[in-house]
Parts: sequence; structure tokens; C-alpha cells
Amino acid sequence: MKNIGPDYYNISDELAEEELLIQQTANEFVQNEFLPIINEHYEAGTFPKELIPKLGDLGFLGSALPVESGGAGVTNVAYGLILHELERGDSGLRSFASVQGSLVMYPIYAYGSSEQKQKWLPGLGKGELIGCFGLTESNFGSNAGGMVTTAKKEGDNWIINGSKMWITNGSIADIAIVWAKDEGGIVRGFILEKGMDGFSSNDIHGKISLRSSITSELSMVNVRVPDSSRLQGIEGIKGPLSCLTQARYGIAWGMTGCATDCYLSALNYSKERKQFSKPIAGFQLTQAKLAEMLTKITNAQLMVMKLGRMKDAGTMTFHQVSMAKRNNCAMARDVARTSREILGANGITLDYSPIRHMANIESVFTYEGTHDMHTLILGEDITGIPAFD
Amino acid sequence: MKIAVLVKQVPGSESPLPLVSSQDWLDESQVAYIMNESDNYGLEEALQIREKNNDGEVVVVSLGPDRTQKVIREALAKGADRAIHIQTNENYPTDPLAAASLFADALKGEDFDIIFSGLQSDDLGYGQTGVILGELLGMSTATLAMATEILDNKIKVKRELEAGYFQWVTMSLPASISVQSGCNTPRYPSLKGIMGAKKKELNVVTPSVGDQNQSIKKIYAPNTAKETVMIKGSVDQVVEKLVTIFRNEIKIT
Ligand SMILES: Cc1cc2nc3c(=O)[nH]c(=O)nc-3n(C[C@H](O)[C@H](O)[C@H](O)COP(=O)(O)OP(=O)(O)OC[C@H]3O[C@@H](n4cnc5c(N)ncnc54)[C@H](O)[C@@H]3O)c2cc1C
Repeated sequence: MKNIGPDYYNISDELAEEELLIQQTANEFVQNEFLPIINEHYEAGTFPKELIPKLGDLGFLGSALPVESGGAGVTNVAYGLILHELERGDSGLRSFASVQGSLVMYPIYAYGSSEQKQKWLPGLGKGELIGCFGLTESNFGSNAGGMVTTAKKEGDNWIINGSKMWITNGSIADIAIVWAKDEGGIVRGFILEKGMDGFSSNDIHGKISLRSSITSELSMVNVRVPDSSRLQGIEGIKGPLSCLTQARYGIAWGMTGCATDCYLSALNYSKERKQFSKPIAGFQLTQAKLAEMLTKITNAQLMVMKLGRMKDAGTMTFHQVSMAKRNNCAMARDVARTSREILGANGITLDYSPIRHMANIESVFTYEGTHDMHTLILGEDITGIPAFD
Repeated sequence: MKIAVLVKQVPGSESPLPLVSSQDWLDESQVAYIMNESDNYGLEEALQIREKNNDGEVVVVSLGPDRTQKVIREALAKGADRAIHIQTNENYPTDPLAAASLFADALKGEDFDIIFSGLQSDDLGYGQTGVILGELLGMSTATLAMATEILDNKIKVKRELEAGYFQWVTMSLPASISVQSGCNTPRYPSLKGIMGAKKKELNVVTPSVGDQNQSIKKIYAPNTAKETVMIKGSVDQVVEKLVTIFRNEIKIT
């Protein structure tokens, strides 16, 4: 963080040499390969797919998983720093990596059979294969456990019917982790492959947020898969929820990254932009905004740093992840908006990143458990009384 | 093919550069260091030669205090096979002959076929270390390399001349070659490389630094105060004065 972002509390002193180099590498990669093309993709509503094998080569996909499981065996803090840098570029890039690593590679790693691991993890880790994660349905978002997609056992096969909505990478994915209920109402995970009979996807258009990310609807009409395509190691809603814990961890880091980018844009701009014959950074109102933003970012950094060390030590709880996801999304949302405000009219164009981040954050604030849902998760943990069923 | 790459740690272009109170060096505690830009291209050139020949060894060599090991690890993470750290205290030599002599002592027993260095270091900018080292070790030397090609026991080097001209020279090996930034596309270290770098051999040598032929007396920021000159007179006089200024001061020919 030292060289490449505000590090007001010298948090980078606590990073290992490898972790610093990993962050620097991710930062350079984003600056050289991604920032020059992001606006073009953002306007066109496309994702730069040509970068996927590069992300894989560098080891940025599922990095904290062991090497033999397609990862790079780095610490969770190092993985967080990568996502921090990817999201400093754009949430579309970080979202891609989060889905691939936390929502596709992780469940196969944690719950898959050894054949499934061998078949899928190396290709996913190298970025030769793309995955997606289908949990949400049009009528079941926050209440994902209410899903109506079904999996019916027929001999050695399962017949899957239903549709999934808002699925990141849906139409570009080679495989989909799809969650469905069996006849007893138990949630089960399946690995569906592109091109299976009855399995199709449609992109969602007209997004004003996360434009440089593919979001699709998946449709399953009598898709027949063998039992060997089922994730054998898990059943029940805790399956998908445990994947979300992984992804939310990364989101908390990512939000710190995009907030940093917004803050630095606003800081530089405010030092250069002169009104009433002095830089606007010289006015108390602007200074109050900058002080507030840096404090919030520092808070968020401390939170993810400690969270990461707890994850590395194996002591992190999902409630703690909820707190960080909730706090850091709200923090970034605020920082992006304040930064945009400091940029004046220039701030509404793609020439400056804050408005792009600001629009992206609306998705991140909503997906992987809305802000409200994390409030309720924390509320339940604090009081012991669930406010939802 | 045994290749050494000289890699120096220098202040990053965006780093703060505060001076110590004696004004003869930077306050290093506040400087953010990075790998010297052209050295990164030298490293890439070496790695590509090793990969093309599917054989050989790339040894990264760096001179400086403890902090230098950060760029050594970076070079190892990018794929160098092992490293030599010529460790000095904070008063490392700033004189190119003194520096090249330390490199020569550390490298002479190793019989390198090629030594790559950067065209110049971004802090002191002498551009001499690689050439002097080549001389000290009795190697062919070339500067400003834009491309290289290995022939039997020879190396062909494309050198950048002035005004868009290039020159190809063929030299016998061993050779010490300083490379120009932009001659290839340096790779990023992969996570696998970064995690593996710790396990690679890093040989630390601690020579005594001999006398230096030159020392830095004072460092100061250039005076950038602008001076506006009003040119008065008839049109012809003004034009004549302008032409003189263009020719002699701005040096447009
Ligand atoms: C760009 C994008 C990408 C996505 N990618 C994926 C993906 O890859 N895979 C996937 O499965 N899903 C994905 N999603 C879906 C996402 O997880 C859901 O949108 C999210 O869970 C919220 O569900 P919903 O949109 O149906 O909102 P709803 O659940 O309908 O919520 C609407 C509002 O009601 C509030 N609310 C709901 N319940 C309560 C309550 N009990 N108390 C108080 N307030 C409540 C919410 O906080 C929210 O403000 C993605 C979404 C977006 C926008």
C-alpha cells in the first residue's frame, strides 16, 4: 500500500515482502493492461476477455487455494491485495476474479470429488475455462433459500429445471455451479457445462452499473446431468452461503481499492483545480471531505487487514465477513460520491474514474447480500434473535 | 549460455526525494525504491535468451545496502536462477569505476558469456558501469542495445544511434552489453515466481569499498525561476534578435 495508495497507518509495514511484491505486480498489471482499455469496454458494455488467460498466468484466479487445486498458495491477505488492485481498476475485473476464484473454484475445491477437481480446477486456475455461479432467481434474491429451481433424481441422473437471474459471466462461462432443490427440498450444487441440452443463457442489457462485466440469465429446461456432476461434499443452503463468505471477503478488499482510486483522483484534482484564485484543496469544506474520506479508507484497510490475518489463521467467522462487506461497501459508496462531487462537472465524465466506480458500487452494495441483509445477519449475531426467517 | 544481469535499486519516479541536512544525499528513509527501468529490460533480454536456447543460467547481481534485496527478489520472482548481492553499508560507491570494480571482483571467477546492464541508472545516470565492467573483465562491450541475437560464439547487437538511426554490430563473446529501455516487453512476476523466489540461491558478498575517484558534494533542485525578456525595436530588429536566441540559446538549427 505504501508506494501505491494512501497508507496513513503504515499498514504495509505488516505485509510480508512477497505480499508487497504481489500487490505491486497486480497494480502494474492493471495500470498497463487494463486501465488503457477500461473506458472503451465500459461504454460498450463488454468485458476484456483477452485478459483472462493473463490473469490465470499471473496466478490471480483463486490465488489463495493450494497450487495443486489451481491456485497459487498465497496468503489470504495477498489474495485480498490482488482484488484490491483489480477493483482499483474496475469492479468488472474484480467481479470476474471473485466469481472464478471464490464462487466456482472454491466450491469445487471444497466440495467436489477428486475427478471434478482434476477435471476443472487446473483449467479454471489458468483462465482457460470460465465459470459462473447460479444462485439468485428473479423472485428469490435476498431470500435465496426460497429458490424454485428443481433437481429431480432419475436413476443415476438428475433432471434440472428452472432459471437463474443476474449471473455474472453467465453467457461466457464454460461451466456453471447451479444450486437447485431436490424433491425433499434440500439445496444441492451441480456443475453444468455449456452446450448441455436444455441449458442456455441470455445477457441482461441496459445495465448502468458494472457495465464492464457480463451479467446473464441462465435457463434450464430438463437439463440431464449424471450424479457425478453433483457437488458430493455438501448439501443444504450452507453450501452456497459458504461460497458467498469467500467472495464477500474479497469484496471487502476490493471496495478499499476502488475507494482509494476515487480518493486519489479527488485529491489530485483538488490540488490542481483553482477557483477563487486558489486550489480548491485549500478550502476548509474540501479539506473536511478529504479528511473524512481518508479516515474511512484507513478504517476499511485496518478491517480487511485484520480480517485477512484471521482468515489465514483459520479463526475468521462469517459474521465478521458480513461486517467488513457491509462497512466497506458503504464506505466506498460514500467515498466515490464525495470524490465525484469534488471533481465538479469533470466528475460526471468517464475521463475520471469516480463516476464509474460510483455506478459499479451500486451492484456491489447489492450483490453478495445487500447492505440490509448484512445488517440483519449482524443483528442476529448481536441479539440472538433473527429478524428474518 | 551463462548470463549475468546487473540490477540496481533506485528511487521511484513518484517517490518523494527529501535531502539529508548535509545536502549530499537523499534521506533514504523516506524514499520509495524500485528496480531501475532499463535493468528490467536487461533482465527480460537475458530471460528470453535462456528460454530460446532452452538452456543456461541467468544470475542477477546487485550492489547496495540491505534494502537492495527487494529488487533482487523481484528479479528472482521474474525468473532469474540465482542472485549475488554485493552488500555495502549505506555509503555505497557512487563512482562508476569503484562500482564496476566491485562487480568485476564478484564476477571474475564465474566466466559469464554475457553481462547485461541497463543503459544508465535512473538516479545517477552515468551510463558507464556496464562498459567499465566489460573492460575490467576483458569482454567486448556495446551500449544502447535495442535487440540482440546470439550467433556461434558471437553476439549481434542492434544499437540505437542518434536521429532514428540504428547500427548492427557483431562482437565476440564474452560481452558486456547495456540495454535501452523499450527493447522488449518485460514480464510481470507470476505468483508462482514470487512464492518460489525465496527458495532460490542468494549469495551475499561483503567486499571492502576502496577509494573513490569522485564524490558528491552537493545535491540541489534546479532553479526553475522563469525570466521574461521583452524584445523591443522594429520588426526587423525583433526578428533578428529572435533568430539569435533560437540559434544560440534554444539551439534550433
Ligand atoms: C451486477 C450483478 C451481478 C450479480 N451476480 C450474481 C451471480 O453471479 N450469481 C448470483 O447468484 N447472483 C448474482 N447477483 C444477484 C444478487 O446477489 C442479488 O441481486 C442480491 O442478492 C439481492 O437480491 P434482489 O436483487 O432480488 O433484491 P431483493 O432481495 O428483492 O431486495 C430488494 C431490497 O429489499 C431489501 N430487503 C430484502 N429483504 C429484506 C429484509 N428481510 N429486511 C430488510 N430489507 C430487505 C434489500 O436489502 C434490498 O434493498 C448479481 C447482481 C448484480 C446486480
